This record gives sequence, C-alpha cells and structure tokens, in this order.
Amino acid sequence: MYAFDYQRPAALADAAALLKADPEAKILAGGQTLLPTLKQRLAQPTALVDLARLPGLSAIEKTAEGVAIGALVKHAAVATSDVVRAAIPALADLAGLIGDPAVRNRGTLGGSLANDDPTADYPAAVLALNATVVTDRRSIGAGDYFQGLFTTALEEGEIITRVDFPQVERAGYAKFRNPASRYAMAGVFVAKTADAVRVAVTGAGQSGVFLWEEAGDILASDFSPAALARLELDPADLMSDLHGSAEYRAQLVKAMAKRAVAKALA
Amino acid sequence: MNDSTVTPIGAAVRRKEDQRFITGKGRYTDDLSRPGQAFAYFLRSPHAHATIRGIDTAAAKAMPGVVGILTGADLAADKIGDLICGWLVTSKDGTPMHMGSHPALAKDKVRYVGDHVAVVIAETLDAAKDAAAAIAVDYEVLPAVADLAAADAGAQIHDNAPRNISYEWELGDKAATEAAFARAAHVTKIDLVNNRLAPNAMEPRAAIGEYDAGDEAYTLWTTSQNPHVARLVLSAFVGIAPEHKLRVIAPDVGGGFGSKIFIYAEETVCTWAAKKVGRPVKWTADRSEAFLSDAHGRDHISHAELATDAAGKILGFKVHTRANLGAYMSTFSSCIPTYLYATLLSGQYAIPAIHCEVDAFYTTTAPVDAYRGAGRPEATFLVERIMDKAARELAIDPAEFRRRNFVTQFPHQTPVIMNYDAGDYGASLDLALEMADYKGFPARRAEAEARGKLRGIGLSNYIEACGIAPSAAVGSLGAGVGLWESAEVRVNPTGNVEVLTGSHSHGQGHETTFAQLVSARLGIPIDQVSVVHGDTDKVQFGMGTYGSRSGAVGMSAIVKALDKVEAKAKKIAAHILEAAEGDIEFKDGRFTVAGTDRSLAFAEVALNAYVAHKFPTSEIEPGLKEGAFYDPTNFTFPAGCHICEVEVDPETGVTRIVNFTAVDDFGVVINPMIVEGQVHGGIAQGVGQALLEGVTYDADGQLVTGSYMDYTMPRADDLPSFKLGLTQTRCPSNPLGIKGCGEAGAIAAPAAVINALADALGTQDVPMPATPAKVWALAKTRAVRQAAE
Ligand SMILES: Cc1cc2nc3c(=O)[nH]c(=O)nc-3n(C[C@H](O)[C@H](O)[C@H](O)COP(=O)(O)OP(=O)(O)OC[C@H]3O[C@@H](n4cnc5c(N)ncnc54)[C@H](O)[C@@H]3O)c2cc1C
Repeated sequence: MYAFDYQRPAALADAAALLKADPEAKILAGGQTLLPTLKQRLAQPTALVDLARLPGLSAIEKTAEGVAIGALVKHAAVATSDVVRAAIPALADLAGLIGDPAVRNRGTLGGSLANDDPTADYPAAVLALNATVVTDRRSIGAGDYFQGLFTTALEEGEIITRVDFPQVERAGYAKFRNPASRYAMAGVFVAKTADAVRVAVTGAGQSGVFLWEEAGDILASDFSPAALARLELDPADLMSDLHGSAEYRAQLVKAMAKRAVAKALA
Repeated sequence: MNDSTVTPIGAAVRRKEDQRFITGKGRYTDDLSRPGQAFAYFLRSPHAHATIRGIDTAAAKAMPGVVGILTGADLAADKIGDLICGWLVTSKDGTPMHMGSHPALAKDKVRYVGDHVAVVIAETLDAAKDAAAAIAVDYEVLPAVADLAAADAGAQIHDNAPRNISYEWELGDKAATEAAFARAAHVTKIDLVNNRLAPNAMEPRAAIGEYDAGDEAYTLWTTSQNPHVARLVLSAFVGIAPEHKLRVIAPDVGGGFGSKIFIYAEETVCTWAAKKVGRPVKWTADRSEAFLSDAHGRDHISHAELATDAAGKILGFKVHTRANLGAYMSTFSSCIPTYLYATLLSGQYAIPAIHCEVDAFYTTTAPVDAYRGAGRPEATFLVERIMDKAARELAIDPAEFRRRNFVTQFPHQTPVIMNYDAGDYGASLDLALEMADYKGFPARRAEAEARGKLRGIGLSNYIEACGIAPSAAVGSLGAGVGLWESAEVRVNPTGNVEVLTGSHSHGQGHETTFAQLVSARLGIPIDQVSVVHGDTDKVQFGMGTYGSRSGAVGMSAIVKALDKVEAKAKKIAAHILEAAEGDIEFKDGRFTVAGTDRSLAFAEVALNAYVAHKFPTSEIEPGLKEGAFYDPTNFTFPAGCHICEVEVDPETGVTRIVNFTAVDDFGVVINPMIVEGQVHGGIAQGVGQALLEGVTYDADGQLVTGSYMDYTMPRADDLPSFKLGLTQTRCPSNPLGIKGCGEAGAIAAPAAVINALADALGTQDVPMPATPAKVWALAKTRAVRQAAE
C-alpha cells in the first residue's frame, strides 16, 4: 500500500468539498474492492474520503414506488431486510448471493454500483428493475448509468447517495457463480411489470451488464421458463476466458434466465 | 478421552495442539519479530525468459529506509553456491541428469515469471517495495517455453540441457513388455494430462535470518517441513555457514503439502543477507508470491497402453510420460516423476511386465516438485483410468475387472522395484462396494435421468508407498541422503516425558499421536508427555515430514527409544525391588515382580534413575534418556478403494459429488479421528485436482491463475459428507504395524471422480480439472451422440 491521507467527513457537503479540492482523492465505502486494490499497489490515491460517518446514507425505506436503499447499506442488510423482502424479494435474494459473509457485512450498494464490475450482481437488478441512481448532484436512470466495463455515468467526485428501486409484479434472480471467484459468470435478473419484462444480464457481457431484449419480448407475452426454450443468445458479444467460452456463457445466460423466471413465479 | 488419561493406541484422542491454534496462540514464523529486524522484498522477474544485461541499483539504494540491496553478483562474490536437487537421476543412456544452475538470485538470466532478481532490505516492507520499483533491470526478452508438450522445440533454457531435457529415464523390462503386448488379445490405449497444481498452504512461506557476530553463528526461522535437511543443504551445498554455526527453527507451520520440504531462494538469501546488512532480515510471502514461486505439483503428459488376454487378465503395461520440471530442479524434483511414480505403476494388480519411460523437461515456469502424494497420485490416476477404460472396452464390470487382476499373495514383487509386503485389496473393494451401494447404482441412475441429470459411478483402487525409505535402497537409486528417522525420549526425574523427534508437524497432529504412543507405552497420562520438534538445536537430527513417513518411520524411532527406556528402567526397578531383571514385568505403568504384588510406578523408577542411590552406577548409568535412529526395511503400502458417484447437470455442466466412499487400509491406526481428518483433507485436494484446480500459464509464460479470482480452491460446499471405512492388514516391516495415511485421499480421489464423470458422460476423454464449462461441452456431445444413435 502507498501512503495516503484519511478523511472521515461528517456531512455530505464536506465530503463533496474534499473530493472537489483533491481530484486524486478517492471515496471509501466498504473497502471490499478498493482496499485489495491498494494493498496490491494498483492504485495510489492521495487521500481516502471515508463515507462511513455521513448521515442518511444507511437507511432502507419503503417508498410509494418501491424501496429506497442508501448507498452505504451493506449487502447483508439488504439480504435480511423485511422491507426489501416484502417489496422486491428477488433483490434480497441477490444481495444474499454476493461474496461471502465477511464481504456482505462490509460491502455496500453504492460501492458496488460505483465500481461497476462486469461480474457484480447489483447491476443486473438495477438495470432490470430500471432503478434510479441518486447522487449528491442528480438522479441517473439505470439505462444511462452503466456505460461499459467499470465505467459509469458518475462524474469525478460524484457521490452516490441512494438507489430508488421500483416495485414490480414479479422478479427473480439466478446466478451462476464463477467457480474460483464466485462472482457471477452469468447472473440474470428478470423483472415483470404490467406491460413489459426486462431481463438484465451480468457476468457474461464483454461490455458489462446488458438488457437481453429478445428474452424480455418473449417473456412479455408468455412469462414462463418454457417460453425461453427456443431462444438462443448470440455469443458474439460475450466474454471468453479461462473459465468458459462465450458459447458456454450464452448457454449459462439462457439457463439462468429460465431459473430466474421460475423463481419469479414461485 | 481427556488429557489426564492414559491413551491407548486406537483411541480418538482430541488434538492437543488445537487449543493453541484455534485461539490464535500458535507461533508461526511471521508472528516472530527479532530485535532490529529489517524487511526483505524480492524483485521478481516479470518475464518468463530473459537475459539480464544489467541491473542498476544506484537510485534504489538512495531511497529512504533502504538498508541494503543485493543481487546475484553479490552472491557470486561471496561464493555462495547454487540451490541443489538432492536426488541424482540417470538417463537410460547412462548420462546423469542435466541440472541447470540455480542461483538464489539470478546471475545472467531469469527463467520464469517470479524468478528472483534482487533483494531489497529496508526498514519497512513498503520502503523495500518502493526501492524495488526504482531498480532498473535491463532485460533482453527471450521466447518463453510454457508448453510442456513442445518444450524440446523451445528456446534452450539452460546451457547444459539441450532440447530442454534434464533426463530421459526408464524403468522396467522393455523386451518383456513388448513380448507381452505381442501376445495380447486386446490393447487399451489412453492419453492423459495430469494437471499442474499450486500447493496453497494456508500459511504462506516466511523466513527470518539472523546473525550473531559474537558467536559467528546464524539462526534461520523458517516455514520448513524438515529443518535439519534445510540446515544440511544450506551449509554443505549452498555454503552459507558450517553446520554447527547454523541453527534452523521451524516453529508452528501452517500446512505444507510438500511445498515446504524444499530449500528456496528466499530463506537462503535472508540468512546470508543477515550478516551482510548486520540486521535480522524478515520475509513473508504474500499470496501472489506464493502462487508465483512455491514449487507446484504434478504436470505430466502421458501415453499408456495396457495389454490383456482373452480372459481379461493383464499381460503388460507400458507408459511414456513427459514430466515438467519447471525452470529449475527443486530439491527433490527429480525423484518425483521417476522413483515415486513409475515404481507404483503396478497398482494393486499382478502385472507380469511393465515398462515406463519418463522424459523430464525444463520449461519457463515455476519449479515443480513434491505435492501431497508426489508421484503416486500421477501413477494412480494413470493406472486407475486405464483400468476403467479397459474394463469398458472388454465389457467387464470395472469392479470385477480389478478383482480379476488383484495381487492376492504377499509378499509380491512387482516388475517396478516395489515389493508389496501385505494387503487385502479384495477386502477394501468389497467394503467400499457395499458402503457405496454399488448394486443400487442403476436404480439411482435411472431416477436421476428422470430428473434430467446424468449420474456416474467410478472406482479408484489406489496403492501408494509411504514411509520413505530404506536408506541404502534409496541411496542405490540416487538419493543424496538416508531416509531414516531419529527420536529421543527424555524421562524427567518427576516422571513426565519429552519426546524429541526429527519428524515435523505442520498440521498432522504429532503433538497428539506421538504423545499418545508414549502414554500408552509408559502408562502415563497423555498430558505428561510433550513432543519437541522443529529446532536443530534441540533435536538431534531428523529427516522431516513428507511422504506419510512420520508414523511409519518417525514413530518407529520413538518405539525404538522407548524400548531402550523400558529396558533400562527394568534394570533399575530390579535393583530397587531386589528381584532378578528377568522377573520384572512392565504393564499399565507399573514395574512388577512377576507373580508378586511388589511393584513400582513408572514415576518412582524415573525418580530413582536420577537420584541414583539404589543401584550400582558402575553397572547402570544414572538418568533415563534414550535415543534411537530407525531405518526402515521397506516402504509401507497403504491401499484401498475409493468410490465416487457424481451427478451432472447437462444444462450448466455442474458436477455434484453425491457420494464419496473411501475405504483405506492404513495398517494399525493410532488415532482414528486424526486419520479421518487426513483422509478428508486428502480427498478435498484430490477432488480439487479433478474438478477445480489447474495452474495455467499463457503462451508468454505469464501465470494466468495467479490469485483465488482464477485459481479454484476446493471449498466446503464443493464436497459431500464423506463415507469412510477402514480395513486392516498390519504392516509387517515396522514395530507398530503402521502404513501411513497422509496422502491417500489426494492419491485416490482424482481417478474416482474422473471415472465417475466418464461413466456419466459416456466418454473416456474427460480432462482435469473437469470444470463446468468442459463438462457442459462433453454433455452436449453426448446428447448429440445419443440423438444420432
Ligand atoms: C472476496 C470477495 C468476493 C466478492 N464477491 C462478490 C460477488 O459475488 N458479487 C458482487 O457483486 N460483488 C462481490 N464482491 C465485491 C463487493 O460486493 C464489494 O463490496 C463491492 O464491489 C464494492 O463495495 P464497497 O462498499 O466495498 O466499495 P469500496 O471498495 O469501498 O469502493 C469501491 C469503489 O467505489 C467507489 N465508491 C464507493 N462508494 C461510493 C459512493 N457512494 N459513491 C461513489 N463512489 C463510491 C470507491 O471510490 C471505489 O472506487 C466481492 C468482494 C470480495 C472481496
């Protein structure tokens, strides 16, 4: 680890000011991604601005549309929240599938979305549910938020404060874990509203989370695992690596989509 | 069974050391700090193969906190010798193996990613890393040789090893084997890759070197499985200090699996550098360094053929193996793919003729050496895979085909050196078949098929050789050392006992089993016995722990010392009890005059031995302390039958192990709980090799599986609850009848798992690790094949 300054502001405005004053400073939330990077000397921020003391970023609240989850809410809290489970049980399921207990008790929703790892779980839920990412500056729709591998619409120093998840008729998440890292090799979140079905895929795409529109269209008219039987996902845009070819990932996406629909119906 | 009882052999005594380990009170090398210590960081090669044109350390030396920077040139100036391989293998044409120069810090060339280029010693680890980044190394990059299959065609890695070959070795009778094949009714052929594994001990390697200028003596604390051997190599070969001026301490060590047998560059450099910089020098590997530089295991490519007659009896077996040595020959690397491998190719079977050729290649990858099982897993995998394939080709049930070919008479001389002394392979097969409900398998398969799943069942009837080994025998095969073990039993005046052993415990539970042995023998409570190991200043000498030798060899040495203690104590007791020595019986901790009620407790005799008032010291020396060196007369031959049942999800390629049965014959079992633990761990690593683990280098020789993000370690949820059983034939060659249990799981499991998958998928071409992606592709091919039929 290289040396850095450590700041723990008590107000959002102070955090924003610190980040504005020092473009080389970085936000610290749960540290589950950032700290390993620092330990391996893969990043050299001048300062870490720890969000831990900021008020109002750790709440889970029922809203008229669904649930609002603060950026600092830990994965374990989402997994076990009665509010989330009542409104969008699939989201609680997803949070319970992230990493291991230690990671779930440190890692945060905001950190996961800011990092936008192409194999992370939350992006699938945010995109499928068409959630809104709220920052200290603005609200960003899911469709605009994800912009590729580890790339989001966030500007320099912009702080995610919460995410608004709308409630849907039915939703389900199925994850195929990478055998080594246990991140998603194919994670599919299916969300059904009155007039549409959105199918978001993480872990498999070459440029991060994406919507599988053909699957959504078919499911909109027939919301059943069987409806997906004839559909094939084109592997051209999928990842290929040590753990599996693009063809294999295409198969996994399909299999997980079927399982996600089955879960949504359960 | 609690601490204050006498613990018989065969009792499941709780591990004495666990309280310390699970409450964080263990003392591992990295827990230790020496006054004034500085920290070492090794600058490692980023290239798989390159010439070093120059190293400029000037700027780095000027960085804050730097204590010293040393390179291969400094080693050479101090006339420090190369790291060595201690077992000389001779090629079939009579030439000795070509051992490439292996300096602890590179001299003119680097030969794998992670090779040691320079050491930076600084006030803090961060300062050392900062300075390392400022060292300018001028590399001329050479082509990598990452592919074992094409290593002979690659760029030459060592000047003295043309075609990158260290040796081309053979074992067995070629002519007799060819003759057997000429008579064969059927020949089964198989091509197999035995995947390369990273050892992944929980505790990474670490070392602290210290120099005492007053005594002109060094101390090295290190993560070693054999501290005396480390001292011997560092003094006699590397030449850091004379043996009596070097103390090596291996304190608590958190797992080794073989990888901590070897003498590595890092501890060599830390010891040498301690005098050069005048400070204790500490180094601890991080996990990335462990992946890069711990010696890996396995890595074979083999072709094998099995000849059978019309009755399904094996006539002959021939094998050709390419073995990967990596960039340098590690301490025992030469004997693993030769004498620890080809000597087990007879398996549990009576095979009249065997011929095996092994070509060992250098590649620009990390050195390869012993890893849990060391040669025997590779042999078992080959034998048990081809047995299954042959059975299927001959349309004989795989269990029946094995049974038909079992060795049933003992001793049995195989055509490949080994002389099996005892076993009952039919007994372990029968018990395993019953425990695994082999008969009920077809019904389970049909039920799984109805759920859309593919079920398969696979056997692995392994045999291995433990208790390495009779010194003269291994000497005649090229070993540079004898492989006996030593023990000293020190009875204190108050009657408690210290056992000093040359074995080294790094997870095996010696503090319990060795104490259990002494407790049972002397009739004293187990908490009155402590086991001392791992320090060359305390323990006389020792060859260390590997190859499941601590029971069969290490404990035999303790038995020998206990025999002497008992004999002397009887003499003393005879004087005190005023009886003839021949009339003294020793039982349950008491010396009794036969046929009387006159007796003394062990502790009373111990006290008298030191007080020395009641016996003539002209005849009997005072004191009660005896040492022994035990040299085994044969290897021991644990064997058994493991049966794996898998269920494959053809939609995702996920393999679930639904049943795993292991029936082992380990001879006499001292502590069944500890033995179970060894079997569990071994199976986990065997399943890891079969389904999960595989070290991968890319074409440029970069390590792709350099972290747990890509290297799949077995986790608890990858494994079922194992069903374990024991059969027993006593080992006739050692006093306790022990065979050894530390590696059986890792040896047996891979073939059982892959045979089960081959059964499920209807193909013999199942590669390791059989990851979901590969299994999915095979399941898809199966479906296409079935549709066509
Ligand atoms: C062993 C392990 C296993 C894991 N497995 C999974 C898995 O299966 N699935 C999965 O999805 N993830 C997994 N993760 C990642 C985990 O979910 C992380 O917690 C998450 O990716 C980052 O969240 P964090 O709170 O730890 O963020 P940090 O590490 O603190 O920060 C990550 C990045 O986000 C930025 N950041 C943090 N908070 C904000 C904010 N509010 N606004 C703007 N920027 C911010 C930081 O500056 C940094 O760049 C795993 C991690 C580990 C260590």
